[in-house]
Amino acid sequence: MPGLRTIRRIYAFFFFGLFLFFLFSTDFNHLKGYEVSLFLEMNPLTALATFLTSGTLYKGLALSGLILIPTLFLGRFFCSWVCPLGILNQWLSHFANHRRPAESHQVNRYRPLYRIKYYLLALLLVLSGFGVLQIGLLDPIALITRSFVLSVLPGADRAGMGIYLNAPLFHGGVFVTALLFILLIANRFLTRFWCRVLCPLGALLGVFSQWSLFRIRRDIDKCTDCSKCLHDCQGGCDPHHELRVTECHLCMNCLEQCPESALHFGLPRAQSSVGKPLDVGRRRLLETAVGGVVLYPMLRSSTTAQASPTPEVIRPPGSLEEGDFLARCIKCAACMRVCPTNVLQPALLESGFEGLWTPILINRQGYCEHHCVLCGQVCPTAAIRPISVEEKVGQSPFEKPITLGTAFFDRGRCLPWAMQTPCIVCEEVCPTSPKAIWYRSTQVVDRKGAMRQVKQPYVEPSACIGCGICENKCPVMDKAAIRVTSVGESRSKKNRMILDGIG
Amino acid sequence: MARRIIKRNRRELDQGRRFFLTRAGILSGSAALLAAGGYFTYSDQPLRHRAEPVADLPDFRVERSLHYPMLAIVRGSQVDAMVRQAVEKLGGIGRFINKGDRVLLKPNVGWDRMPEQAANTGPEVVGAVVNLCREAGAGAIWVSDISMNDPQRCFSRSGILQAVQQAGGEVVLCDKEDFRVANMGGDLLKQWPISRFVLQADKIINLPIVKHHSLSGCTLAMKNWYGVLGGRRNQLHQDIHTSIVDLANAFKPTLTLMDAVRVLKRNGPSGGNPADVARENTVIASLDEVALDSFALAFLGLTPEQVPFLSLAQRRNLGQVDWRSLHFSESQIG
Repeated sequence: MPGLRTIRRIYAFFFFGLFLFFLFSTDFNHLKGYEVSLFLEMNPLTALATFLTSGTLYKGLALSGLILIPTLFLGRFFCSWVCPLGILNQWLSHFANHRRPAESHQVNRYRPLYRIKYYLLALLLVLSGFGVLQIGLLDPIALITRSFVLSVLPGADRAGMGIYLNAPLFHGGVFVTALLFILLIANRFLTRFWCRVLCPLGALLGVFSQWSLFRIRRDIDKCTDCSKCLHDCQGGCDPHHELRVTECHLCMNCLEQCPESALHFGLPRAQSSVGKPLDVGRRRLLETAVGGVVLYPMLRSSTTAQASPTPEVIRPPGSLEEGDFLARCIKCAACMRVCPTNVLQPALLESGFEGLWTPILINRQGYCEHHCVLCGQVCPTAAIRPISVEEKVGQSPFEKPITLGTAFFDRGRCLPWAMQTPCIVCEEVCPTSPKAIWYRSTQVVDRKGAMRQVKQPYVEPSACIGCGICENKCPVMDKAAIRVTSVGESRSKKNRMILDGIG
Repeated sequence: MARRIIKRNRRELDQGRRFFLTRAGILSGSAALLAAGGYFTYSDQPLRHRAEPVADLPDFRVERSLHYPMLAIVRGSQVDAMVRQAVEKLGGIGRFINKGDRVLLKPNVGWDRMPEQAANTGPEVVGAVVNLCREAGAGAIWVSDISMNDPQRCFSRSGILQAVQQAGGEVVLCDKEDFRVANMGGDLLKQWPISRFVLQADKIINLPIVKHHSLSGCTLAMKNWYGVLGGRRNQLHQDIHTSIVDLANAFKPTLTLMDAVRVLKRNGPSGGNPADVARENTVIASLDEVALDSFALAFLGLTPEQVPFLSLAQRRNLGQVDWRSLHFSESQIG
């Protein structure tokens, strides 16, 4: 019978492999009905926070029960057995460990610093209660998915692993890389720094684990107080003393390291030591909540796409109206992984601070493929609804196609308009039928006074779906002569220009 | 601990003749290396000149024969049989493909569209040609195009990926590294990056489809060569007729087989609405792209006078606009 640590290691390999497999499968060629968003969906923090912002437990997020309910009985098994970021941190902490036993014992003792994650959790949940969803910044699953999509996978492709036909580029992707890098390097200085100090999901699971029946138990008669159990302790949960079950990741290292077999995982026995409760004072928690209440109106005082529509905030097809979108998007970047043209990009401050790393379309990078609806299929929270192709292109029973914005000509840059030169690439690539870009053959006079016949293009706003292929393929390379802005987007009743009788 | 410090602090003997000579030798050697490095890397240019090799395009045509027609028009309902018949009329696939040849098929797979929308060459036509090449003993059968939409979607949703795999060919997509600069030798196009598969193939078969095009009037065989270009090909619209002729001048295929089974009559070249598509049930094989394009104008209700690139091409001796003046065959099967 292998020890529990060996079993945990097998699980860790399996779940990290599964995470990579799902991530790899999240593209047009490999998306064959696998539940590729499984890790994002079974995340209790996402489920709870999106419930607080919009009052529903959306579809796949019910899977979070698979994590939450066992946690009530077993403790934070998720952190060392399932969580890809936790597993990665564990591997790095293990292999970067250069400490002598005495130093290790010091580093692996519980510290009051570890309370920070509970305060972060409280703050994020209070904000969620007001409809501001910022858990995505720090949720470990969203964080590692985003980091892998925006930096690790493209980097692996550039190193020659052949994941993409052409490796994608991401707007400000270096910030995501930097955050991941800092968090991983922090493991060298404090074992599982992220998991112990910052992780809000770990904090949530910690809260739920405080009544768990099964936990690490120490036999006080057998124990010689040698502290060897601290040698590889991942959670910093004091197994040598009174166990802090809310911090324990169930890594099971201590069981193997105890020379006296004084530790076991399970129900209490006659000589088992008692545990310590959650180390968070009610008063502190209240202060944090008040902090959230104070922070909320200030957060809302910056200009956002929600307050007044912003031209460059063009959201993927099927996105909810901006306020609802921000209340559901966890910035996981799954949509950016599956997008075939690389048009979906992580926003920086285009839609306000709240919209950091949410998906926007940057049409010089790509364009929205007319018959593609993959982003909505992989979105775990339905910030981008899972629409059908018929709904997107407006085939029956749908009356109108989904519109992302409207294209506008810049006549000072457009070749037929400004330079008497034939072009109309935009008209050629326009995917709607009939085409939203039309032209009129016009006689124009060039500099030398010669008459020339050119086709000058126009946009028909009622037919334009804002897909951006015209902007993407425009031969004016740096700043296209036709550009899409968000006005006319189906999801907004406010962001419109043509009189259509809906106020 | 203490021992380590002593070791580290042990001093070298830093006086005497031997020390002076070895140290001076090492320093003079380093100085000479530095000077030599400076001498060999000195330049009056800020960057090193990186000459990209420029490839010459081979002529893929086979020898002319008076025995066989230049143009074979086949009408019918069974696409596979029509393709076979058309190639048979021109002398059979054995005239064009030798055992072991690496063959590149160049269908038009520009758009993320289904076969019924007729924006891409029909999968049955591509599959039939792959079969013919395989029967002729081709060493490799590559099917490639540089699509306007996402290439993986284009090949998959056009049905061409499945048809090619079933027939035993290989779809090869170009990434950024798969382009080589080639001499085009045209009036407008001098040097342009093209798909490396063109340069690596022994034989090329052009597989265009007949479509309406808003700027040039039509997309036929000659314009289909846009699809082997990389670079900023969207600039070619600025003088589309000269560009098309330059392309036809640069790329001389072994054989051209045109799909006019379904024809996109309006809203080209991307189409999308099946109402714009008409069935013409025709396949044409040809060794003269100008004659072929001229023949195909009838499907779109155009005359050669409305399509300037045809007469331009004839003036450059690329073929005959008056296709009836050539030896041609017309037949009907099934």
